[in-house]
Amino acid sequence: MLALLVKEPSHGYDLRRRLSNALGPVGETLNAGQIYVTLTRLERAGLVVQEREDDPTRGPRRKVYALTPPGRDRVVEWLAESAGTKPDVAEFHLKLVAAAVSGLADPRALVAGQRQELMRSLGQVQRAALEQAPESEPWVLLEGVALRMQADLRWLDVCERVWSARVGRAER
Amino acid sequence: MVRAVGLSKVYGEDESLVRAVDEVDLEVPAGQTLAVIGASGCGKSTLLQLLGGLDRPSYGQVWLGGRRIDQVGERALARLRRKAIGFVFQAYHLMDELTAAENVQLPALLAGVSPRTARRRAMELLDRVGLGDRARRLPAELSGGQRQRVAVARALVNEPMVVFADEPTGNLDSAATHEILRLFADLRARGQTLVLVTHDERVAATADRVVSMRDGMVTSDTGHHPGGRPLGTLLSWEG
Repeated sequence: MLALLVKEPSHGYDLRRRLSNALGPVGETLNAGQIYVTLTRLERAGLVVQEREDDPTRGPRRKVYALTPPGRDRVVEWLAESAGTKPDVAEFHLKLVAAAVSGLADPRALVAGQRQELMRSLGQVQRAALEQAPESEPWVLLEGVALRMQADLRWLDVCERVWSARVGRAER
Repeated sequence: MVRAVGLSKVYGEDESLVRAVDEVDLEVPAGQTLAVIGASGCGKSTLLQLLGGLDRPSYGQVWLGGRRIDQVGERALARLRRKAIGFVFQAYHLMDELTAAENVQLPALLAGVSPRTARRRAMELLDRVGLGDRARRLPAELSGGQRQRVAVARALVNEPMVVFADEPTGNLDSAATHEILRLFADLRARGQTLVLVTHDERVAATADRVVSMRDGMVTSDTGHHPGGRPLGTLLSWEG
């Protein structure tokens, strides 16, 4: 949510709409209450501040949320954090969306970094599996881990393709 | 050992121009295993054929063991393919009417090695791939994994500078894949340079270096570090 504020201060309503757009049916359980609870918590932590809208195009001045410098630092830190070898799919997805919206990181670079880390770990798992007798108990376990990593790598291929096309279009 | 510079293969022209391989730069040092991974149609098999001298590039260079091979004549290229390069294919490409041992000997005989030496080398290699007791079997009497191991032995019979493998585990179940990957690890331990093309991340990940291809271009390049994390940290179900 913080990352979506990097570009410009927003209403809670806009933030919710932006998140719903990014998450689709996966984000259906997201309700307005949660958004405001989270914003209040972030405000208490000093990561966002409420401001009066400068110059509303229409209607009364409403409250908008803006990122504080520590909030911005936190976003940069989050984008740089590795998702490790067991990425949370929704979180990584939001990271790519946020990177693109905020311009603080290149989504393609995030995908490439994640891919390298997973490929290295998969190599480690596979080399360990080759040491085991095929169909032994440790082998079955390592096979399961390898298949999960393979699924994540295939999803990263999809991310790479989609975000390359989007960034490509934006650059033209 | 193997080097590609600006390597490209294009088909058609103008609007129907297809860049099967698009300005690829690669370097495989001697003794290393490189895996090229990508979906079907990404250009990885074409790349392998260019590197192995089975096809000519539209432009760019291919170097093998310090020698540029993309411009050598047809006969010299054929000699190079016989002696300096070993191939392993997804569908094994064994001769059905020859025994395992005869299949392995064949490239040695074609390269002018004496029948006696060819026989000796074939037996050594079949032993090494764990098929010493299947030497007189026909391919039809062997499992898929065993056939592919015969094909690997055949690829090695002329002690090639490099072995190129195109989807070597594409037709194999997981146990047979395991055997082939173990065999490749053994080759690597003996200093064999190996380039393999696969769509399977689990196969690619065993290489020293993995490059991904999409639309004829290399999109990522991962080198493996020795060591890594404790395996236990990779295994837990929850993040």
